Amino acid sequence: MKKMGNEIKNIDGLEVVYKRPSTLLDVPFHYCPGCGHSVVHKVLMEVVEELGIQNDTIGVAPVGCSVFAYHYMDIDMQEAAHGRASAVATGIRRVLPDKYVFSYQGDGDLAAIGTAETIHAINRGENILMLFINNGIYGMTGGQMAPTSLLGQLTSTSPYGRESSSMGYPLKITDLIVNLPGAYYVTRQAVHTPNSVRKLKKAIKAAFEYQKLKKGTCFIEVVSNCPSGWKMTPKETINYLEEKMFPEYPLGDLKVPQKEPAAAVKPEPVPEEV
Amino acid sequence: MIENESLSREAGKGKPHQGNAVMKGETRLMKGNEALAEAAIRAGMDAYFGYPITPQSEILEYFTVEVPKRGGVVLQAESEVAAINMIYGAAGAGARVMTSSSSPGISLMQEGISYIASAELPCLLVNVMRGGPGLGTIQPSQGDYFQAVKGGGHGDYRLIVLAPSSVQEMADFVFDGFRLAEKYRNPAMILADGALGQMMEKVVLPEEGSLPKATPPWATTGKVNRKSNVITSLHIEPDKMEEINTYLQDKYRRMQDEIRFETVETDDADILLVAFGLSARICQKTLELAREKGMKVGLIRPITLYPFPSAAIAEAAAKTQFVLTVEMNAGQMVEDVRLAVNGKNPVYHKGRMGGIVPSPEEILTEIESILEKQQAEVEG
Repeated sequence: MKKMGNEIKNIDGLEVVYKRPSTLLDVPFHYCPGCGHSVVHKVLMEVVEELGIQNDTIGVAPVGCSVFAYHYMDIDMQEAAHGRASAVATGIRRVLPDKYVFSYQGDGDLAAIGTAETIHAINRGENILMLFINNGIYGMTGGQMAPTSLLGQLTSTSPYGRESSSMGYPLKITDLIVNLPGAYYVTRQAVHTPNSVRKLKKAIKAAFEYQKLKKGTCFIEVVSNCPSGWKMTPKETINYLEEKMFPEYPLGDLKVPQKEPAAAVKPEPVPEEV
Repeated sequence: MIENESLSREAGKGKPHQGNAVMKGETRLMKGNEALAEAAIRAGMDAYFGYPITPQSEILEYFTVEVPKRGGVVLQAESEVAAINMIYGAAGAGARVMTSSSSPGISLMQEGISYIASAELPCLLVNVMRGGPGLGTIQPSQGDYFQAVKGGGHGDYRLIVLAPSSVQEMADFVFDGFRLAEKYRNPAMILADGALGQMMEKVVLPEEGSLPKATPPWATTGKVNRKSNVITSLHIEPDKMEEINTYLQDKYRRMQDEIRFETVETDDADILLVAFGLSARICQKTLELAREKGMKVGLIRPITLYPFPSAAIAEAAAKTQFVLTVEMNAGQMVEDVRLAVNGKNPVYHKGRMGGIVPSPEEILTEIESILEKQQAEVEG
């Protein structure tokens, strides 16, 4: 892969106000133009950089378009078999109890083949962040139907549109797990506007801080798009998200811890001398 | 799973298993499964992830009693699929880890094992074999030889496979298993059976902490002053994938240094028995009975099923009339014995299936019937 130039020249009178986080490797993404993965990767790695936890974070990248996340994220990572990210993350977390561990999973991984591992990791309250990228389709394998695909949605395995009698209903996995006592923080976010990106970043930051408390699983669903799979332009996918996906998967917090995490925000000691 | 109902009811009653923790050098009477578990703790195991299945649930139960007292991690996973993936994660994070199951559960783990072998993660797997195929029976068998030695999961990989034939070896091979797994960055498997798991024998346990341990430099422990570590088995460019495979095959060639076997009275033998695990124990008795009758029977017992002691078997078979492979299956190791002998001697197979354990006498009867047939052919 060709390396992009990354020299930031200091030009008189101009200051750098935005750059790629140092925790993202200087490698072009393979994601399709307009795909939400690119934004989520960036936001996630910005948080890791800002919190200063690059040396203490391990990510799990299972099968899906984002299986190659370890080519982009400059942290220790493990690739996982399809559906098994929650179990792999559990294994890592149990032997490294003081590190930050996250899984980065698609809808097939988390809500089809990995349903048991997802539910049981949360049921045990594993102190990990599950980042669930829900775009209602299987992108990597060429656009097949996912458990989260909408009724009537055309995919390569529902060519006449998903119909409930033989193919079931869109699976709201987040609603299923929210009431498990092991689920500490559950929220549904998006990356379709600058405002939603900012909200996602806040959610991810909170999730990492909650990990220090060891009170359970943080679960962030990102309702995202798949221009290739949906057979739309990126701009059309934004409309589809707003008109079809968000009504099915409403954005917002589903479960928020009651108190502020006091341990995460220690006030600076007041100096004795003025 | 629908297990033997009365066994399940028994397990629900009464006290949980009390650990039989023993000090170094002390000889104790222990059940195979428990001796294996105790040895693992003494070997400095960091984590065990497992799932109940007869006839090896005592291993998980023993750990849930002992590990909280002596350190480490024990977790009953939601399935064997989850367990093997927890093993992958923890091994990738540099921990000394173990899981155990029995035949149907080991089948569930095959995908994970293939990933572990490809990603070159050390770990110890234990299969306490039961009769199959399918849900089968809870009685002992040796029906998973092919699965253990020839692959089981997809792709070109090998496990280091150790076959104990006593409770002592159930304990000793845990140390060997961890040591070999870490030496070669490869999964190792103890291939036992339900009888070995359940039988009680005297065992001298290895000393606690006597197996050195160090965090490997390739583990995902959080990147401090180094490049980030990545544990993966995905190499999408064919050139790279071939490179990985070539490397693995070279490793398996190097692993041939670890061949282990035992011979009993093979120097003057006319008839060679080849058997592993429990079958070898039984054949030892057959050997004694045969020698009493004046038949010069010898036995070679492979201890490592992979790497397989082909040369040793060929040598032991060289001056014999025939070779009889005895195993509790329809004929699995016998294929490797035939390959080793390479047509120089006739190779026969005596097997029992369905969880039935053959008696020393019936093996002797088999030897005699082969002799008779051979005699008839000569005269006829």
